[in-house]
Amino acid sequence: MPQIKLDKTPLEMFHKEHGATMVEFAGYSMPLQYQLGIKGEHLHTRSKSGLFDVSHMGQIRLKGVSVLKDLESLVPSDLQSLEVGAMRYTVFTNESGGILDDLIVTRGDGYALLVLNAASKVAGLELLQENLDCEIELMTGSALLALQGPGSVKILNELVPGVEKLFFLQSAEFTFLGSPITVSRSGYTGEDGFEVSIPKSDVRKFAEILLNDPDVALVGLGARDALRLEAGLCLYGQDLSKDVTPVEASLSWVISKRRREEGNFPGFGPIKEQLVSGIKKRRVGILPLGKAPARAGCEIILDGGRKIGSITSGGYSPTLERPIAMGYVEELFSKIGTEVLLLVRGKYLPAKIVDLPFVNTKYFRQ
Amino acid sequence: MSKTYFSKEHEWIEVEGDLGTVGITSYAQEQLGDIVFAEVTKLKEKVSRNDDVAVVESVKAASDIFAPVSGTVIQWNDLLDDAPETLNSDPTKSGWVFKITVDAPEELQELMDEEAYNKFIQELK
Repeated sequence: MPQIKLDKTPLEMFHKEHGATMVEFAGYSMPLQYQLGIKGEHLHTRSKSGLFDVSHMGQIRLKGVSVLKDLESLVPSDLQSLEVGAMRYTVFTNESGGILDDLIVTRGDGYALLVLNAASKVAGLELLQENLDCEIELMTGSALLALQGPGSVKILNELVPGVEKLFFLQSAEFTFLGSPITVSRSGYTGEDGFEVSIPKSDVRKFAEILLNDPDVALVGLGARDALRLEAGLCLYGQDLSKDVTPVEASLSWVISKRRREEGNFPGFGPIKEQLVSGIKKRRVGILPLGKAPARAGCEIILDGGRKIGSITSGGYSPTLERPIAMGYVEELFSKIGTEVLLLVRGKYLPAKIVDLPFVNTKYFRQ
Repeated sequence: MSKTYFSKEHEWIEVEGDLGTVGITSYAQEQLGDIVFAEVTKLKEKVSRNDDVAVVESVKAASDIFAPVSGTVIQWNDLLDDAPETLNSDPTKSGWVFKITVDAPEELQELMDEEAYNKFIQELK
C-alpha cells in the first residue's frame, strides 16, 4: 500500500497530546474530535468557547494598488466599497455561473487577504495568478485559529486587548509576544467569535494560553460541521460546487446591486438570466420529522414518488436534539412548509422544507 | 450456561442454547462516538453471517451492525428507539441490539473469545 503523505498544521503534536482522533481532510491530518466528543464539543461551543485549528485553510495576501477592483473580475460581489478592515463573503464563479469556491475577502491597507477552502486553495491560487496582475502570496508561514462561542470575546480580549471593539466581519492588526497577528470577528459556527491569523512559530503558545481558561475547549472538524449546518452555512464540495450558481445556492445576496448592472465577472450572463427569469432548483433547509438522520446524497421525493432533489448536508443537531439537513429541490417545491419525503435505506421518511438557519446566529453586529 | 463470542466487526454475541443476543463492544461505541439513532433493518428476517442487520448513527456517520452468525433476527431492543445513547453508556448489557437464532453453531468457532478479542483491539490501537 502506498503511503499518502498528509500535510500537517503546526499544531499536529498539540492535537495528539490533547487526545485528538486525527483524520485526513483535504490532504491534511486534522483533528476530528478530542476527548469531549463531537456532541460535547458542539454544546461547549454554543454555551462557552470552542478553539478550532483551521490552519489547513488557504490564506492568501494580494498586494497592489487596484487589487480589490481587479479581484472583482473573479467574483460577483462589491469589494471596492469595503472599508479598510471590513470583510465580505463571496464566491469565485466560472463562465457558466457555477461556484468554484467560496471565500472571505478582507480589505487591508494597500492589500487584500483571502481565506479559501483547504481543498480548493491550489486551484484558487492558480485562478488568481492567471487573472490578476498583482503580488500574490500564499501565507505558508501563518496558522489560523478560530475561537467561537459566547465566552470568546472576554477570553480573547484578555490575551489581545482591543479585539472586543471589532464588530462582526471586521478585522484588525494586533500583536502577540511582539509578533503581528490579524484578528477578525468572524467564523463558521453562527456564534459570536474570532479568527486569528498568527505566525506558525507562535501558534502553539497562543493556543496553550487560551486553553488554560477553563471555559475554552478544543473542538474538532466533527463538531465544526454540525455547528455550521445548524447555522445554515454552506460547505464547499457538498452544498456548493461548479454545478450550482450563487442564485441557486440561495446566495444571491453576495451579488451586489452594482455588480448586477455592471457584470464583468465570470458567468454574469447566466446569473443575470437567473436573477431575471428565475431558477429551476434552490438550496433550502430540510427538517426530517422523525428521528433518523438523512445524510448527504439522500433523495428528496414528492408523495407519489417523483424525485425533486437531494440532500447535500445532513446529520444530527446536538443543539436541537434532532436531525437537520439542507439540500437542493426544484424551485416549484422550495416554499417553506412544503411536505416532502426522504429516501433513507429504502424507507420514505416525512420531512418539510424550512427556513435557514436552524439555530439563530448570534453575530456581534454594528 | 451462556458463552460470549466476539467478531472482528466489534460485535459481541452471548449464546445460550440456540439463541444469541448481539451488541456492540465498548471499543466500538468509543470509535463511533455519540450515538443519536439506531434502527433494525432486518427484523423477522433470515440473514447470513456478516449481513447487515441494523444501523447506528453517530453525530458524524451511519454504521452498519452485522450478524455475527447466520439465523433469524427475532427481536430488537426497543429501548434503543428512545434512548440510542444507551449504546454508549451500557453497550454490553442494557444496550444489547438484537436477538438472533443460531442456526449454524459451527460458525461460532470462527469468532473470538474475550481474551483473543482484547488482543485484537490492542493491535488496532
